[in-house]
Amino acid sequence: MLKVHNISGGYGAAPILSEISFQVEKGKMIGILGPNGCGKSTLLKVISGIMSPTFGNVFIDGKEIDQYSTRELAKKMTILPQLHATAFSSTVRETVSIGRYPHQSGFFSSWRAEDESAVKKAMQQTDIEKYENHYLEFLSGGEQQRVFIAQALAQASSLLLLDEPTNHLDIAHQKQILDMIRKEVTENDLTVVSVFHDINLASLYCDEILLMEKGKVRAYGAPHEVLLEEKVMAVYDTRISIQAHPEQPKPQMTILPDLQDTLEKVITVEHLNITNEYVEFKSPFPLKVLSSAVHNAGMGWFANFVNRTVAPNYDIDNVKEEYYQYLVDKDFSPTNTVGMMTAVDTKKAVVKNYSMPFGEVIVVVTAGVGNAIDVSQSYKRNDFFRVGTINTWVLINGKLSDEAFVQAMMTATEAKSKALQHEEVYDSVSNTIATGTPTDSLLIASTQAGELMQYGGPITEVGQVIGKGVFEATVEAVQSYRKGDR
Amino acid sequence: MVFAYSSSILILFVSIWLGVSIGSADIPLSTLWDNETNPSAYSILWGIRMPRVILAGLVGSSLAIAGAAFQGLLKNPLADPYTLGISSGASVGAVATIFFSLSIPVLGSYTLPLFGMVGAFLSMILVLSFARLIDRSMKMETLILTGVIFSSFLGSCISLMIALTGQQLREITSWLLGSVSMRGWPYVQMILPFVVIGVILLWLNRRELNAMMYGDERAQALGVNVKLRKYLILAGGSMLTGAAVSVSGTIGFVGLVVPHMTRMLWGTDHRHLLTLSFLNGASLLIICDLVSRTIITPSELPIGVITAFIGAPVFSYIFFKQRRSRG
Repeated sequence: MLKVHNISGGYGAAPILSEISFQVEKGKMIGILGPNGCGKSTLLKVISGIMSPTFGNVFIDGKEIDQYSTRELAKKMTILPQLHATAFSSTVRETVSIGRYPHQSGFFSSWRAEDESAVKKAMQQTDIEKYENHYLEFLSGGEQQRVFIAQALAQASSLLLLDEPTNHLDIAHQKQILDMIRKEVTENDLTVVSVFHDINLASLYCDEILLMEKGKVRAYGAPHEVLLEEKVMAVYDTRISIQAHPEQPKPQMTILPDLQDTLEKVITVEHLNITNEYVEFKSPFPLKVLSSAVHNAGMGWFANFVNRTVAPNYDIDNVKEEYYQYLVDKDFSPTNTVGMMTAVDTKKAVVKNYSMPFGEVIVVVTAGVGNAIDVSQSYKRNDFFRVGTINTWVLINGKLSDEAFVQAMMTATEAKSKALQHEEVYDSVSNTIATGTPTDSLLIASTQAGELMQYGGPITEVGQVIGKGVFEATVEAVQSYRKGDR
Repeated sequence: MVFAYSSSILILFVSIWLGVSIGSADIPLSTLWDNETNPSAYSILWGIRMPRVILAGLVGSSLAIAGAAFQGLLKNPLADPYTLGISSGASVGAVATIFFSLSIPVLGSYTLPLFGMVGAFLSMILVLSFARLIDRSMKMETLILTGVIFSSFLGSCISLMIALTGQQLREITSWLLGSVSMRGWPYVQMILPFVVIGVILLWLNRRELNAMMYGDERAQALGVNVKLRKYLILAGGSMLTGAAVSVSGTIGFVGLVVPHMTRMLWGTDHRHLLTLSFLNGASLLIICDLVSRTIITPSELPIGVITAFIGAPVFSYIFFKQRRSRG
C-alpha cells in the first residue's frame, strides 16, 4: 500500500529526516512515536506530499506520489493535520461534505447519491449525526475532532494519515475515536499511519510501531518488539517501566518519577499489634505487596495488613462485602489494607524476626491444620470448604524485583510444606503427609528501599531467610495449635 | 437557500427600481417601456439613471464578491479590497494613467481599468508577501496593518501626483472622489467584461474556497491544487477590484459589510456565499448611491462617505467579536 524509500529532508538546510525507509501493508495501523522534534510530523507531511523530500521517494500502490494529480492522490490518501480552527462558522454537515471534494468534478459538480451516502455513513461512524445542523464552534473539542475525522472518512481514501488524532481529548473520547478508527482498519481494510504522543495508546491500537529518534528510524516492528524498556528509555531519555496490559497482548509503559523521599523507609516488629480479634501490621508508608488474601489480593501497594479471627461457622458466601464492612467498622482504609482471615486464635500467632545485611525480615504465621491436605491427593476429595488455614506474612526491609516476589512466594510455600512434613501433619483422607490446607494465604511485602534484589530463590540472601523464617515460624505455630484445644 | 436567493433577487429589483425612479424628477414604472407619454422622463431613465444604477450595481457586486473571496482565501473576516490596500493600488494605477496621460492604442478606453487592475494585483502581491515575511501564519492583525502601511504609502503617491499635476487636476480629483455619477453607458461597457471574467474565475473556485477554510495542508489533502487555485482567486479578486475602482474611485467597506451580513444570514458555504454577496453587493451600492444623491439635494455626497458610515461600525463590530471570542 505505502512504501517509503530512503527519505531524507526537512525544513531549511539541516535535514531533519535521514534515510527513512519502511513499508505498510493494506489494512494495517502504524503508529509513529518519538520525542518532540524528532521529525514525526515532518515525516507525515513528506508522506502526504505536502512537503517534498530532498532525497528518496514515497510510493502508493506502487506509483510514486508525484505521478498522481492532486485530486487523484486525494482519493488514495488523506491527511488530517493537528489544528483546524476556522475563522468562519460552518455546520457539521457542511464540514463533513467538504470531504467529498475530490470525488466531484465538472463545471456544476452536482451532489450525487453516492456523495450523500458517504457523508451519512461517515457521520454515523463518528456518532455525530445528532449534531448534523449544529455549528462547529458550539461543539466541544472532542466533538469537533470527530467531525474532522468524519470529513476524512467521507473522503473515502484508503490511506489515512493522522497527526495525534486524540490530542486534547478525555479518555472516553480517546477510546471512542481510536476504537472507531481501529474498526475501520479491521473491518474495511483502511490503512492508517498516525503520529502518537501517547506510547500506550499507540501500543494498544497499532499493529506496528515506528520509533524515531533525531530524524532516523530507531526501531520498526510489532509493539512488543519495539517498546522495550531500554530502547524507550534511551530514545526519550527518561525512566520508564513496561508491563503487560490487563486485557490486550500489548506492552504498556509507565513513567518512573524521580522523587526524593524524606522518610526513612524501615519497618519493625513495633508496627505489629495483636489483639483478640486480629493480628494487624500498620506500616507508616505503603509496602509493595504480592498476596493471596481475601481482601485486596494480587500485586499492589498497601500499608495495612489484617489477619482476622472468625468463628469456625463463618458464612463464606458473603465474604467480600462482609470483610469490606468489617474494615470500615474497624477504621481501616479498605483501599490501603490487605485482609486475611483464620479460625485460629490470634494469640497463637507466631512472630519471628531476622536481622539480615540488607535489613530486617519479619515473619508472622497463624496455623490451623485440622483441615490439612496433601495437594497431590486433593483430587480424591470432594468435601466442602471449611475454615482452618495457615496464613503467612513475610515482611522484608529491602527492594525486590517482580520475579523476586514470585520466587519469594515459591520459597515460602516450600518452607511451609517442609514444616508440615517436619511436624508430620497428615491428610486425613489420603493418609499421606499434608502440604497445606485448602485455604492457605501468603503475603510477601517489601519496603522497596535499598539495593535491588533481582532474585528471591532459596540460595539468595533473601530466599535463605524466607526459607528459614517461614519454616521455623510454621513449625512453632503448628506446635502451638496442637497444644491448644483442637 | 431558495428563500435566500429569491429574497436577494427581489431586494435587487426593488433597489434598481428605487434607484431609477427617485430623484429630482419622479419617474413612474411605466416609463421603462413607454417612451411616448413622457419622452423626457424616458430619456432621463435610460440615458442618465439606468446606466448610473447599473454601474453602481456592478461596482457593488464586484467589490462584494471580491471581498467574500478574499476573506475565504485568507481565512480572515476583516479582509476586503479596501483594508488590504488593494483599492489603493488600483487607484495609483488609475491616477498614474491619467497623470501620465497614458493611452495604449489597442486598449483604447480599457487602458484605465487595465492599469487599475495591474495596480490592484501588484499591491495585493506586495501586501501578501510582506505580511508573510513578518509572520508566516499571516495573522489577522499582521495583514490589516500591512494593508494600512501600503494604503498610506500609496495614498502619498497619489498626493504626490496631484501636487505635481497641471491640467489633469480636475480629472484626477473628480475621479478620486469616488462616484458613479455622470459616467454613462461607456463606463458600463468598459467594466462589464472584466466583471464577467472576474466573477467566473471566483465562482469556479467556490468549492476550493470551502476546502481552503481548513488550511492549505488540509485543502491539499482534500485534492485541491492549492497554489494554482490561490492565484486564480487572487487574479479574479484583483480584476474585480481594479475594474470597480477604475470606474468609481475608492469605495470602502462594501467588500467587508456585504459578505459579513450574507454569512451571518445564510452561512459560510461559498457555493452560495459568492452568488449571494454578488446580488446583495449590487443592492447595497445602488441604495447607497441613491442616498448619496438625494440626502442633501441639490448637491451630492461622495458615495464612499455613505459606505464608510455603514462600514466602519460593522468593521469595529467584527473586530470586537473576533478579539473577544479568542479571549
